[in-house]
Amino acid sequence: MEHIVIIGNGISGVTAARHIRKNSDKKITIVSSENKYFFSRTALMYVYMGHMEFEHTQPYENWFWKKNNIALKKGYVNTVNLDKNQLEFSNGETLSFDKLILATGSKPNKFGWPGQDLNGVMGMYHKQDLETLEKFAPDHKVCNRAVIVGGGLIGIELAEMLRSRKIPVTFLVREKSFWNGVLPAQESEMINNHIKEHHIDLRLNTNLKEIKSDEFGHVKSVIIEETGEEIYCNVVGLTAGVSPNVDFLNNSGIELGRGIKVNRFLETNISNIYAIGDCAEQQEAIGQRRNIEAVWYTGRMMGETIAQTICNNKTEYKPGHWFNSAKFLDIEYQTYGWVFSERTKKENETYFQWKHPKENICITISYDIISRKFLGINTFGIRMRHEFFDKVLTQKQSVEYVLKHLADANFDPEFYKVYEPEIVEKFNKENNSNIQLKKKSWKRIFSS
Amino acid sequence: MKLIKKSGLVIFLIGLVIFIGTIFTGSFSLKQSELDVFLKEQNYKSKVIKGALEKAVVTSEKINIFQFSSRVIKAYKTSNNYYDGLIKKYDSEKNWNKKGEQYQYKIFGKPHSLSFTLAKKTGKGLAVSNTTLLWFLTFGLGIIGALMFIVPDVILLGKPGIKNDGIFLNAATNRGWIGWFAFIFLVTFYILLYFYPDIIVNWVYLVDPISMSISGNPASQWFLYGFLYCVVMSVMAVRMYIKYRHNKYQILRTTSVLFFQIVFAFLIPEILVRFEKPWYDFKNAFPLDYDFFFKWNIDELIASGGFGLFILVWGIFLTIVIVPVMVYFFGKRWYCSWVCGCGGLAETLGDPYRQLSSKTLLSWRVERIVIHTVLIFALVMTGFALYTFFYEANQILGIKTQTIQDIYGFLIGAVFAGVIGTGFYPIFGNRVWCRFGCPLAAYLGFVQRFKSRFRITTNGGQCISCGNCSTYCEQGIDVRAYAQKGENIVRSSCVGCGICSAVCPRGVLKLENGPEKGRINPTEILLGNDIDLMKLVNDK
Repeated sequence: MEHIVIIGNGISGVTAARHIRKNSDKKITIVSSENKYFFSRTALMYVYMGHMEFEHTQPYENWFWKKNNIALKKGYVNTVNLDKNQLEFSNGETLSFDKLILATGSKPNKFGWPGQDLNGVMGMYHKQDLETLEKFAPDHKVCNRAVIVGGGLIGIELAEMLRSRKIPVTFLVREKSFWNGVLPAQESEMINNHIKEHHIDLRLNTNLKEIKSDEFGHVKSVIIEETGEEIYCNVVGLTAGVSPNVDFLNNSGIELGRGIKVNRFLETNISNIYAIGDCAEQQEAIGQRRNIEAVWYTGRMMGETIAQTICNNKTEYKPGHWFNSAKFLDIEYQTYGWVFSERTKKENETYFQWKHPKENICITISYDIISRKFLGINTFGIRMRHEFFDKVLTQKQSVEYVLKHLADANFDPEFYKVYEPEIVEKFNKENNSNIQLKKKSWKRIFSS
Repeated sequence: MKLIKKSGLVIFLIGLVIFIGTIFTGSFSLKQSELDVFLKEQNYKSKVIKGALEKAVVTSEKINIFQFSSRVIKAYKTSNNYYDGLIKKYDSEKNWNKKGEQYQYKIFGKPHSLSFTLAKKTGKGLAVSNTTLLWFLTFGLGIIGALMFIVPDVILLGKPGIKNDGIFLNAATNRGWIGWFAFIFLVTFYILLYFYPDIIVNWVYLVDPISMSISGNPASQWFLYGFLYCVVMSVMAVRMYIKYRHNKYQILRTTSVLFFQIVFAFLIPEILVRFEKPWYDFKNAFPLDYDFFFKWNIDELIASGGFGLFILVWGIFLTIVIVPVMVYFFGKRWYCSWVCGCGGLAETLGDPYRQLSSKTLLSWRVERIVIHTVLIFALVMTGFALYTFFYEANQILGIKTQTIQDIYGFLIGAVFAGVIGTGFYPIFGNRVWCRFGCPLAAYLGFVQRFKSRFRITTNGGQCISCGNCSTYCEQGIDVRAYAQKGENIVRSSCVGCGICSAVCPRGVLKLENGPEKGRINPTEILLGNDIDLMKLVNDK
């Protein structure tokens, strides 16, 4: 029986295993050095914050794997031996495979800062990082201050985590406004203010110069590049992005770029080896997507796709329209289609924006200024229906169409105040148009 | 703010200690004349009971409620034992006539209820003479302290939004020692309430004035329970309003359950009594209202004329028409988390414990077996009751209707719904009764699962499997298992509390009523992945 070995039991690897099992009775082994059972990495923050216990982050009960005949092996892979088609573990064990799926995920970036390996310096990615944080920052008595370096999604999550235990946080962000490489200015500024509302010491335009050690090899303070200011702290969180976790494959014969190079079928240069998830790097970008996408759902989709290929139904990886979501402290964010920031958008792309006068609620719709084609939407504090926008994007509808049918798109809980009339009114005013908002229609929502 | 919160806790605990201490106060003895009046009212045929009770409680000694209770129960036992002895004696003499005569002298009824009735007439002490003061020191301090503990959260919790920080780090909400104490307190309370009402007679005195002002009658232990229920729900509703102040669904829902509890379950029935109508809670649907078809209830309703008949028709209409039709349009949430009293307590007092419900597949199996067994039990019992009513036969196939009713009342009505259903909040989560026991929930569940417009829609491919939804589902539904597959949640046990949707950080879940078609949508590949097979695979 063909033996499929998957390295990595994150969402990509586990989805692949589940779908291979659905479609075949091949022998499946998942290898991981992090944790025996699959857990949801995105939920680690909630464990520290006390919203959940670790077991709640495990989507499948422990009996699930045996029942589905998926073997779990805990171990750290040192090398992949292509000649023998086997994995060699750090403890000397080996494991043979017929087909190998690499789903090794990411690791936090470190940019060679002095002191980046001191005790108390950590990323926020692995289960072990959570344990480290619990050790060095159990409360605000042990940890008087934490400094977070890098203004992305993990950075703001780590800030939220530490604030939940009343630990003072200084948040160093290189850009002049939070996440402004991705978000339009209106939204980026709103998040800046919201971060400060949560009593986080946000330092924009600020870089880390070095991390200083005390006499025991533990972090004592950080030095700011621009000002030379020394900030005393007990914990430093490095959250300046992630990169593919592929170092163990150097010189293995598998082609690497920043990640593992794959074609549209997620095949590497070696015929029986595939790569999926965060560690995979597309040789050519798909649409406007990046070659490496460290996003939960793309990992899942690659897992769904590769399983088809493994089960003799060779299938191209075709992620559909871009979408994503996040939560910035109390503000929920969703995006469908492409909304680029002022820094990165092209000339034909223009915005329609609306913001609530008081609340942290706003939207940005991006559309083509000439053809008026709807390109994408960012919503903050309003939930939107994925199905609606997926259809709109596929049908290449106009911005006017989207505004007219905004009620179909709304996904907020029942009885929530709706802002569609205000939004459409503003659009009409700015565009001299006369769009009439249509009532929500189940028929339209369900038609395909 | 923190100081107010802490002082609130202290005041609440003082109120609680005084409340518990109240049980031990007062003295309970009778004068001969008082006993005579009581015996006359009761109209016992027993010739022994008078002497026995005189010996037990007509005294100048100061006896507390515990001594009083045991003496009274002993007196009733003495009387019954005496006649049992005679029955045995005549039986052995085969003197059937004499034997048969003895039964009328026996006194039926639960010993502690008899003791309660007598105690309620004779108490002296703080609770009787200083009712208002003591009410303030117990209920008053409890309410004030609890509010002082809760209201500062408006500021302490920070900006509106989901505030679940530290829930699993707190001994009150993670099955820690505070949780276990709360468990012991609640279980003890329910055991006393259901089985030893005489022990808590002092508490009942505290609400006498309120009862007099509403129904014109002195309070019973059930009035005490109803009043306490409303107080606890109101105070904890304030907590809900603050915690979920960003969420209109939660605010409206909380207001609704509070309204139905105070007006329908508490005030209207008591006012009905004032106008000499039968006590009836218009929203309490059969089979949750399990004694609705008991002979005594139907007899009482019929005896009270047109209004009684209206109640009878309403009760049947409610269960057969209103309940399923509403579930068709809105899901069972319209009842379970917008109207029902049990749900109301679970959603207010129980909210801090919702994360403790078990999500394992095993508990789902147990749940289905147990809740449907209770439903069958309730229906069979009702069949017996109706047979008894229509055919005037008190037994079928040698099984007494009364026996079945007693077993149900004890096991399901008292132990399951009360002691376990609420007492176990701090251990098994806040919907133990609704999830495992309520026969009405089982009935509504069938409608919701097979014929309803209600579903929790999963928003395409947005789920990140974080598990907040499952963790905070009070019904122990593994919401994530559906959401991460892009599948709508259509489950008979879902009470539509809306918390899964509230705690979701990615805006994945929405409770809504829509067309039945496409409501249940098992998917293999989620929205957003355009692999060619997607449609093919999903349609398979």
